[in-house]
Amino acid sequence: MCLGVPGRVVEVNGLVATVDFWGVRRQVHLELVDEPVKAGDYILNHVGFAIRRIPEEDVEGTLALYEELLKEAGQDDLMAADVRGEMAAIPPEGHGNR
Amino acid sequence: MATDRHAETAQLKFRDPQRAAQLRAAIERTVAEVGHAPVTIMHVCGSHEQAIAKFGLRSILPPAIDLIMGPGCPVCITDMPEVDEAVALSARGVRVATYGDMIRVPGTTKSLADAQADGARVHVVYSVAQAVEMARTTTDEVVFFATGFETTAVATAAVLLAGTPHNFSVLSAHKYVPPAMELVASLPDTRIEGFLAAGHAATITGWRLFEPMARKYHTPIVVAGFEPLDILAAILRLVELVRDRRAEVVNMYPRCVSPDGNRNALDQMWRVFELTGGHWRGIAWVPDGNLQLRAEWAHVDARTRFGLGVRTRDDQPAVVTDCICGEIMIGRAAPTDCTLFGTTCLPESPVGACMVSSEGTCRIWYQYGGQPNLAGTAR
Repeated sequence: MCLGVPGRVVEVNGLVATVDFWGVRRQVHLELVDEPVKAGDYILNHVGFAIRRIPEEDVEGTLALYEELLKEAGQDDLMAADVRGEMAAIPPEGHGNR
Repeated sequence: MATDRHAETAQLKFRDPQRAAQLRAAIERTVAEVGHAPVTIMHVCGSHEQAIAKFGLRSILPPAIDLIMGPGCPVCITDMPEVDEAVALSARGVRVATYGDMIRVPGTTKSLADAQADGARVHVVYSVAQAVEMARTTTDEVVFFATGFETTAVATAAVLLAGTPHNFSVLSAHKYVPPAMELVASLPDTRIEGFLAAGHAATITGWRLFEPMARKYHTPIVVAGFEPLDILAAILRLVELVRDRRAEVVNMYPRCVSPDGNRNALDQMWRVFELTGGHWRGIAWVPDGNLQLRAEWAHVDARTRFGLGVRTRDDQPAVVTDCICGEIMIGRAAPTDCTLFGTTCLPESPVGACMVSSEGTCRIWYQYGGQPNLAGTAR
């Protein structure tokens, strides 16, 4: 619950954005984000809400940890599992929610 | 000693091994200049503990640094009576939705998973928004058992402000981190000389709010990111501040943390919630440690709607009295000091909440092999 996951905004529709997380598209709520976001921006997602628009110059540094985690970690790794869990659990594009 | 070999292996996991080696050497030099050992520093974040254990950071830190995890696991500090309230609601036929880790946390007699096995309708959701959607598709009462720190409390606030169906309500067990850090700092026998503050919680709150606490308890606080190099750099800065006796707040995670945090999210959180004292499981009564719904939100407060009474903590199962989660979470003990750790208390049959959550100290130590070091992480 502590670690947010970054993703790239594909489309904004009012207060909901379609966000790409390493090829997986998910819906993310925008009520809490600190600055307006548009397609192409990166956001930090936390429990289905964007909590920060990641400044452009910080995108690369932010993505690095996650890429390393997802690349190297085994299935039983807790930290990678949390990150994968975040991505898997965000409602897919077009499905409001379960 | 195999320390050197371990250090070498550890560095293979860093993106920039040279930088890691420099940081390690600088930490070793600086801690030697402090004038006493060990220097005890506390972090308060489950994700930090995961990174520390996963990358074997403790084994490459000089022995003069004692790096411990404080009350940073939201699941672990959710109090037993709070779980009992959720279980009681589920027994009344109410649908209870909550975050995944919560359903296995033991209450006084039952967890939500036990209640589910008995036929109660308990739903794991990833987001509070899903619980609201569920309420829209049913006429049943849906209660969101809301746990977690600032990072999840803001989401609960956002859905309430956006408007929820009449059959939706919130059982708030949200906690607020800064008062718990303050409590640990104020303990008369505390060994904590500095804190690493959690990066993403501080994304919400900002770093400036830690300044009064740093001054009051003469304890430096450094906001840290989650990469192993971020954590090492933050530890170095913290040890420098300890050495120089500077009770300051330093933000080493400017990529995500600003002085005043996310004003939009904070504004929503404080419109919905207010601080109140509350018991943190295994730790203590934490003044201002809980986030309760403000009076104007009583219509969506499950405690009001269902007339939940105040419960006591007097009838805990006997085995719980042997559990030292509380001591572990305030930094007085390590998981390996607990007689239940790895014997009676296992991930598949947890006694204490610290063994339940993937962010709990005991769960992390168990996963990465006893005291987290490279012997446990190098595969």
